[in-house]
Amino acid sequence: MTNIVVLVKQVPDTYSERKLTETDHTLDRESADAVLDEINERAVEEALKIKEAGEGEVTVLCVGPDRATDAIRKALSMGADKAVHVSDEALHGSDLVATSRVIAAAIGKLDSVDLVIAGNEASDGRGGAVPAVVAELLGLPQLTHAHHLAVEGSTVKVDRETADEGITHLEANLPALVSVTEKINEPRYPSFKGIMAAKKKPVETYTVADLGIDAGEVGLTNAWSAVQSASPKPPRQAGERVEDDGEGGTKIAEYLVGQKLV
Amino acid sequence: MPAERTLPNTEAEDLIALAREIAREELAPVAGEFEQAHRFPREQFRLLGKSGLLGLPYPERWGGGDVPYEVYLQALEEIASAWMSVGVGMSVHTMSCFALAYYGTEQQRDRWLPDMLSGQLLGAYALSEPHAGSDAAALTTRAEPDGEHYVVNGTKAWITHGGEADYYTTMVRTDPDGSKGISCLLVDAGTDGLSAAPPEQKMGMTASTTAQLVFSDARVERERLIGDEGSGLRIALDSLASGRLGIAACSVGLAQAALDEAVAYATQRTQFGTPIIDFQGIEFLLADMAAAVESSRATYLEAARRKDRGLPFGRQASIAKLVATDSAMKVTTDAVQVLGGAGYTRDFPVERYMREAKVPQIFEGTNQIQRMVIARELRRG
Repeated sequence: MTNIVVLVKQVPDTYSERKLTETDHTLDRESADAVLDEINERAVEEALKIKEAGEGEVTVLCVGPDRATDAIRKALSMGADKAVHVSDEALHGSDLVATSRVIAAAIGKLDSVDLVIAGNEASDGRGGAVPAVVAELLGLPQLTHAHHLAVEGSTVKVDRETADEGITHLEANLPALVSVTEKINEPRYPSFKGIMAAKKKPVETYTVADLGIDAGEVGLTNAWSAVQSASPKPPRQAGERVEDDGEGGTKIAEYLVGQKLV
Repeated sequence: MPAERTLPNTEAEDLIALAREIAREELAPVAGEFEQAHRFPREQFRLLGKSGLLGLPYPERWGGGDVPYEVYLQALEEIASAWMSVGVGMSVHTMSCFALAYYGTEQQRDRWLPDMLSGQLLGAYALSEPHAGSDAAALTTRAEPDGEHYVVNGTKAWITHGGEADYYTTMVRTDPDGSKGISCLLVDAGTDGLSAAPPEQKMGMTASTTAQLVFSDARVERERLIGDEGSGLRIALDSLASGRLGIAACSVGLAQAALDEAVAYATQRTQFGTPIIDFQGIEFLLADMAAAVESSRATYLEAARRKDRGLPFGRQASIAKLVATDSAMKVTTDAVQVLGGAGYTRDFPVERYMREAKVPQIFEGTNQIQRMVIARELRRG
């Protein structure tokens, strides 16, 4: 029996225009459709595959405002068994250290967690450090950037892939934390049956006080960093054009070498 | 811009979100390519089935979604807005389950309905014949009893999914007596003596197969008779009343897609130094298109709500089909106008939408037949 906790986050739909609020430069959640982050769908999928291959229970854990219940329901309709939702006004604008502390405390509320699965980074903040920080706080081995994951008995094995280091094969004893990349799998769609079943699944809701955390330790005013200003990405420059006068291939190769791409 | 909907509950919201996600990620990206290649989207129907979208308005007991028509039709509209052929296929499949779901015996439903509602089996509906189109009661495909079987001979025409479906909800003649001699058979596609003619070469919806079905001494088990002998025409017309709502919803989806494309183009296309959406000639056109889309949607939803409450809805379904399909023809034609020369090319999807909008004015009862249905009720008072 493997008890798996999947960390999920509600993010603005990447199909819609994403922006920060004028006042405090935090995410403008009202301006865009909110969805379960796609990387988290993959994390849920991976957890469900482990559960379906043997025995287990999948709990999704979400820190986010009340409307994040939509993202939680999506994960439950895919097949997760239950959910924990930490929702508290005080959390608005929390940095990733505070967020990780809240997540770690919420995981601490659950019985016998064998495996924590997270996405390697969220598509909104893109800090990419929450999984590692949570693992440190919980004292769990961290196996990050996994593009393959297997649980065998009481060990977990992953293939870790990062941009420049090739593939590393990691192994750890459970309990452990794994973060997955977008190459890990293709997530399933929920079914309407799953949508109906999701309604009846238990969702436990906590405030930060319930987790034994002081509201003065979280939120924008207590964050270690704050966004001072934001400006849209400059428009893309036109690419470099290579005319093929018989030397085109060489010129392209030279360009790629110059960019350290080959 | 996705359609703004008022839905009765969170399950309905999640269902629409699911339909939208599948539409956006699995259907829209490949629709143009499949249409051009005349390729039937069987895999896409399998996904819809797996997701529970092919049996939405039927009882949960046999694997259906048990959702009201008001909700089913809006999910259907979302699918059709990404790909009309798949939307119409979903509507036809749903209609093909109607006879068994409402007129079958308990035993028949237990046996076949779960595989139909789960989309394991893809359905088709066979009523028309070469010489019996609007005058459906003139059909001549004959089913003669022979022991435990009917021996069926004749030709069915304009069958959506003809040659691709796994079963055909088929109206046959068991008695020469006009409209009272028609019966409904649930025919397995693998029946000996049943074959599909080469698909029709159509103006649009080219990924959806339409073909004649030829019955040549086809032997169909008598246990596949749905309802009593002689009740076929009633079953057929009953199925069509609900099916028309499906076609109305598909047409609204198609018109919405055309409107979205036209607005996107008019916003970025500049002439005389101004985005063309700022010219009154264009903005009024777009406003009329939006009015047509939203009023058509309101019209089919009103009919659906009557059906869901058990009220008579035949007239309203005919009005919805008439209004929504005529609107879709106009909206898609105007979308081509907004895109100008670009709209007339295959670089943009609106010319395809315009071709696809034509046939809903014709099938599941031509719009002239809808007017007859509406007028008949007016005459009755």
